[in-house]
Amino acid sequence: MKNIWYFFKGTVVLTSKGSKAYYCWVLFLLCLMAIGAMAYFRQLDEGLIVTAMRDQVSWGFYISNFTFLVGVAAAAVLLVIPAYVYHWKPIKEIAVLGELLAVSAIVMCLLFVTVDIGHPERFWHLIPKIGLLNFPQSLLAWDVVVLNTYLALNLTIAVYILYNLYYKRQPNKNFTTPLLLFSIPSAISIHTVTAFLYNGLGARPFWNSSILVPRFLASAFCSGPAFMILIFMLVRKYTKFKIEDKAIQKVAELIAYAMFINLLLLGAELFKEYYTASVHLAPVQYLFQGLHGHSALVPWIWTAMLFNITAFVLFLVPDTRRNNVTLVIGCILVFVGVYIEKGMGLVIPGFIPDVLHEIYEYAPTGIELLLSMGIWATGLFVFTMLLRVAIPILNGDFHVADDGVGSYIGDQLFLIQHNSEDEKDSTDNPEFRHDSAE
Amino acid sequence: MSDVHKCDKHVLHKSRRKFLKGLAAGIGLIALPGKDASASVWEDFFQKHFRELSKDELRKTLARFEKQYSKQFGKQVTVKATPPLAGVLYGYGLDLSRCIGCRRCVYGCVGENNQSRDPQIHWIRVMQLDKEKGVDLAHAEHYYNPAQVPEKGHFYMPVQCQQCEKPPCVKVCPVQATWKENDGIVVVDYNWCIGCRYCMAACPYGARHFNWAKPALPAKEMNPVTHYLGNRPRPKGVVEKCTFCIQRTREQPGRYPACEEICPVGARKFGNLLDPESEIRYLIENKRVFIFKEDLNTQPKFYYFYAT
Repeated sequence: MKNIWYFFKGTVVLTSKGSKAYYCWVLFLLCLMAIGAMAYFRQLDEGLIVTAMRDQVSWGFYISNFTFLVGVAAAAVLLVIPAYVYHWKPIKEIAVLGELLAVSAIVMCLLFVTVDIGHPERFWHLIPKIGLLNFPQSLLAWDVVVLNTYLALNLTIAVYILYNLYYKRQPNKNFTTPLLLFSIPSAISIHTVTAFLYNGLGARPFWNSSILVPRFLASAFCSGPAFMILIFMLVRKYTKFKIEDKAIQKVAELIAYAMFINLLLLGAELFKEYYTASVHLAPVQYLFQGLHGHSALVPWIWTAMLFNITAFVLFLVPDTRRNNVTLVIGCILVFVGVYIEKGMGLVIPGFIPDVLHEIYEYAPTGIELLLSMGIWATGLFVFTMLLRVAIPILNGDFHVADDGVGSYIGDQLFLIQHNSEDEKDSTDNPEFRHDSAE
Repeated sequence: MSDVHKCDKHVLHKSRRKFLKGLAAGIGLIALPGKDASASVWEDFFQKHFRELSKDELRKTLARFEKQYSKQFGKQVTVKATPPLAGVLYGYGLDLSRCIGCRRCVYGCVGENNQSRDPQIHWIRVMQLDKEKGVDLAHAEHYYNPAQVPEKGHFYMPVQCQQCEKPPCVKVCPVQATWKENDGIVVVDYNWCIGCRYCMAACPYGARHFNWAKPALPAKEMNPVTHYLGNRPRPKGVVEKCTFCIQRTREQPGRYPACEEICPVGARKFGNLLDPESEIRYLIENKRVFIFKEDLNTQPKFYYFYAT
């Protein structure tokens, strides 16, 4: 117990230290979080009327963000599988970063759901025994269970590994391996259940399609890893942590496959709707062409299509995949493309036209945007703090001091700009970083 | 004048309390009640699910709400919790050949069931349809507003909760805040609903409505005869719906739902499906009847028919 307290104290000291860039970044996030909090208090005071949601479109920007972020969280599994099932070393070194991203993404998911509900103070109604969780009937109850399980699982694994490394011990494999293996189906479950949540509603033909789950999974395996690559690029540029090109290349290759499946499934969906041309075509028409003069989502979805297809080509062609510039562009395109497609592009057409075929066009209000920005900032803040601790530990720059009580902090700055020589080396010679991790 | 003033002050006080409550939840803390917070905040917060209340607890809860509403609206408000009648399963019939689209049912319902006047909440939606196209929702007009109804070439289709035998809304609720009673009425416990609106996504009839803002209900227009699961005043942030006027239909002697009573052309029929002699049974057995969105297998107890 004492050791845990020393470790915790050490992390607090560590997170309070950093370069100017680190302080600026954290301060920037805290400002956005404060703005988001103010927006939330306003919403609590006046009710969800401050959003653009209404009875016709009863879920909006918050739930869109939630849906997208579940995908990002699930994608950590794409690092866990090669690392721990195939014992591929380059990814094993960075898998823990994926778990930390999953933790941050789930935190955002839970926040987005919390701000969406009318009575957040009644959260205890969801706790089994104390409240009345409608399990197993309600898919939302399932989602509560699997999201919290996944959060606990990733937090446990990552903290356990880091804690042991801090005390210069090898993490006990008999403890981590079963948890890691269990995290694979859990990752799939959070996305499957979230897809089922929409999928099971006969009232909403746009969602009531059996390929919704595979579509969700395919797009998750694009957006999550794309975000992860961007983080890897930033981490190896601005911190002392070394990440091999091989690892990044492998992830990029996986994105190409996932994007292919994603586009294929989307095509299958579009074929079925357009060729059948039943009344169920209306939401698809609304999304891609506009319906009765209402076309708010049309430019967005075509942007997403363009981004996704471009990114697919960039990741497919080995030359552009290996080029850092096109790789980063591809990652941004994937992230934005899937954000549109699996966010607003998935949630809103479920409600337009509504069940009585009324068309109410939805666009988020300023409050919704500010609040969502606040939640994104919170997620990034959590992720930054986790990385601030994890990266020095993995580098061997943060561990217990010789007296067994205090902490040794070798990395006072955290975020620093590396000199350009270093960068050139890494791109020219992928093998060069092999031994530098020590 | 003084009445209005009193009411305003109360509203302010209430919203402040709500705000504090939200604040506490927002930052994930349960702060100790401040000087201003009254005990009822905590009673509200810790209130059990309706179906888990013991007889004694139910009596106390009803008394608490009666006191609270009476004070809030400045008149004697009753809150009953009359249970379902034995041997009764409610059914509703709507004669499409008679309905003239006057929307008297819509506003009769609002007056009876204490819906918010601003923003307006309507439990009944009347669609204007083309006679040529039949029940084709893609061509439905929801906001028709001519000087006179019915308009030539059109017919009218009111839609409200269909009180499904297999309600998709009930299945999806994560906290069992909504359920089907033994007399077939689907109800909501406004003090248990967390406001996630999953039921609204699941309902194929647009029958569920959310209190996006604090409901505005003028004291003068408030109907003081209420049922816990029906027309008692709702807080903001919860879902509400048609209950076949549970506060009327469960009483003995029972009364017809407000929409049925107010219909000027007798297009609306209501009765007990388990009673072979009832009018609703006669209609189902002898008229051309259909149920809305039959393919979804929700099995509505709301029957549309053509009497002529």
